[in-house]
Amino acid sequence: MMKRKTIALGFAAAFVASAALMTVAEARDLTVVSWGGAYQDAQKKVYFEPFKKATGIAMNDESWDGGVGVLRAKVQGGAATWDVVQVESDELAVGCEEGLFEKMDYTKIGGEAAYIPPSVNPCGVGAILYDFVLGYDKDKLKEAPKGWADFFDTKKIPGKRALRQGPKTTLEIALMADGVPPKDVYQVLATDDGVDRAFMKLDTIKGDIVWWKAGAQPPQLLASGEVVMTSVYNGRIDTANKNEKKNFGMVWDGALFTLDSWVVLKGSPNKEAAYKFLDFAGKAENQSKLSEQIAYGTSNKDAAGKLAPAVLKDLPTAPDNIKNAVEINVAFWLENIDRLTERFNKWAAK
Amino acid sequence: MTASATSADASTEVRLKRRLRRAERAHQVKALALVAPLLVFLLFTFAGPIAGMLWRAVDDREVRQVLPQTIAALAEWDGKELPDEKAYAALASDVQAARASGTIAIAAKRLNYALNGFRTILTSTSRNLKTAPEPGTAKETLSKINPAWRERATWTTIKDAGGPITGFYLLAALDLTRNVDGAIVAAPPDQAIYRSLFARTFVISLSVTALCLILGFPVAYLLATLPPGRSNLLMIFVLLPFWTSLLVRTCAWIVLLQSKGVVNDSLHWLGIIDEPLRLIYNRFGVCVAMTHVLLPFMILPLYSSMKAISPAYMRAAASLGAPPLTAFLRIYLPQTLPGVSAGSLLVFILALGYYITPTLVGGAADQMISYFIALYTTETANWGLASALGAVLLLATILLALVYGKLVQGQQVTGGMKN
Repeated sequence: MMKRKTIALGFAAAFVASAALMTVAEARDLTVVSWGGAYQDAQKKVYFEPFKKATGIAMNDESWDGGVGVLRAKVQGGAATWDVVQVESDELAVGCEEGLFEKMDYTKIGGEAAYIPPSVNPCGVGAILYDFVLGYDKDKLKEAPKGWADFFDTKKIPGKRALRQGPKTTLEIALMADGVPPKDVYQVLATDDGVDRAFMKLDTIKGDIVWWKAGAQPPQLLASGEVVMTSVYNGRIDTANKNEKKNFGMVWDGALFTLDSWVVLKGSPNKEAAYKFLDFAGKAENQSKLSEQIAYGTSNKDAAGKLAPAVLKDLPTAPDNIKNAVEINVAFWLENIDRLTERFNKWAAK
Repeated sequence: MTASATSADASTEVRLKRRLRRAERAHQVKALALVAPLLVFLLFTFAGPIAGMLWRAVDDREVRQVLPQTIAALAEWDGKELPDEKAYAALASDVQAARASGTIAIAAKRLNYALNGFRTILTSTSRNLKTAPEPGTAKETLSKINPAWRERATWTTIKDAGGPITGFYLLAALDLTRNVDGAIVAAPPDQAIYRSLFARTFVISLSVTALCLILGFPVAYLLATLPPGRSNLLMIFVLLPFWTSLLVRTCAWIVLLQSKGVVNDSLHWLGIIDEPLRLIYNRFGVCVAMTHVLLPFMILPLYSSMKAISPAYMRAAASLGAPPLTAFLRIYLPQTLPGVSAGSLLVFILALGYYITPTLVGGAADQMISYFIALYTTETANWGLASALGAVLLLATILLALVYGKLVQGQQVTGGMKN
């Protein structure tokens, strides 16, 4: 009897403690989550701080490394501590299917017509458009690489190269290097022969590849001279040139572009404040300030028009830069990511 | 001795016993009350999550929730021929209901694990099935929308995923799968990576454990035999890594080992090498960085076991005529075995679950099982497979620890000598 009472007391104490924590979570400030690094510093400057000043709404920002599993755990755990999260396109698609996000109410953020078409989604609204480009160090290469074919040509340009670990982006790059035009990449990759062809191309430089896992690594690999070329987010190259006085170059030809979007997590207690923030971050005059800080295209139709030509020419959304770029195909990767991840690792271990 | 006296004695005895029991029970309750907070904490943070993980490795209710009528209709189906019209009609009605509630993708995702391309089959069917097919024409209608509905494999996949529990994920974690007739067969070679992955994880962990033991043993000996002042200073150096973040230590190795890093530059400057050596983004880098990180976990148990060994034993052995090596092997080493086994087990099990270090300093062929568990947990959100990999790792580790325990038992203190 005594024993049972003690255990019951213990449980009750634990329950009260967790209930207390829950109420703290309920009555919290608006929390916005983004990707950290130089990008989030820029967002702080042009979105977060001005938003706090303009509206008087208390908000914090946190950073994360992506992964729809993280969002699923947050929402299904029932104590989501985040409200607004910036997600990649595949997280947007899967999270939308799984019901992890609130339906986006465009009437509260300036209407659908204010945004470029690829950024309008029932579960989220586009934040930035950015590219995977071929990055290199101008100080180390006498002759600039022209595109992915040169990336795979170790005779012409000796040295190691870096690619993102995993099949996504890597297989597309391999096919373009093998002569597939950007617009046909996914048609070819959808066939078994196409996948074989991509891996065969990768075989040709297997010993010279360093695999990177986080977006911060490629500029560091270039700077330390570990590699001569790498696939890299275009914004990271720009930041390294601006802030660390590097002399890195980019090749826009055959770049892979994708969008990140803002979503509101299901059951957020701060929905109204979240929409106020998204409205603020969706305005053309605020978005154009972001592009001045960091070289990403933005989602508002009128944002590009407010930029100086010198800034515009380095953006993924500049007409010359997007001309021969291909959008990363979310549907393809949702269907094939598991199979091709296994295949990629089988190949890597050989 | 009269009868009444004995009965009085007996009743006193019973009373005494009862009081003793009561006193013991009070003690037990007090003891339990003292450990209760820890018990509750362990229950919530350790036992609960592990049970949840094991459950997720076999839980398979997604398809059943989205396509309930289809699963019910397929219950009677033997899988030898295509199912009958009833199953097709059930599927059509399920797909339309799922489309209305927006849950079709959940089933599509799960079925796509078992049969690549199922996502497209289901989403195209749901998109093109505008109205319910006329009675008796469901088979025709569905087959026209997507020819996959004429394949037996499409239907066996649905039946297999009917749940409520499944061996699918556990089989996949062991490179096995069920073929169209339900027999367990090896997974296709392109998908079969997990057995070699477990082997790689165990090999890396074993190498790191061996390296830690070889490097840690002399250090621990030094610590145990130096005068206190100097051994304390040395101890601070051993503990220093504990006070530095894991990430910092791992990145320091990147700075040291990269091709234009400190080590390669020094060797180049000394004229020992012309071309930089590849010391990082390969197995060598993983072993070096992990050994560095885990070394204190080997040194501390060794040190504590050596501290307890009286120097008189070695002196006695020497005075009885044992050469130094024999004295070490027969007298000193056996007494350190508890420390060796504790340290080795600790390092080995910690190494098995290492994630950040191999991820950052390893190449694509040096990723350990933790990398894939993290990948499936966060990126592709395939929690069934992530849990199954975790369950297999847990089981293998427990088995190894048991075997190890059996091996080192009985020769710890005696060093194999019968006493």
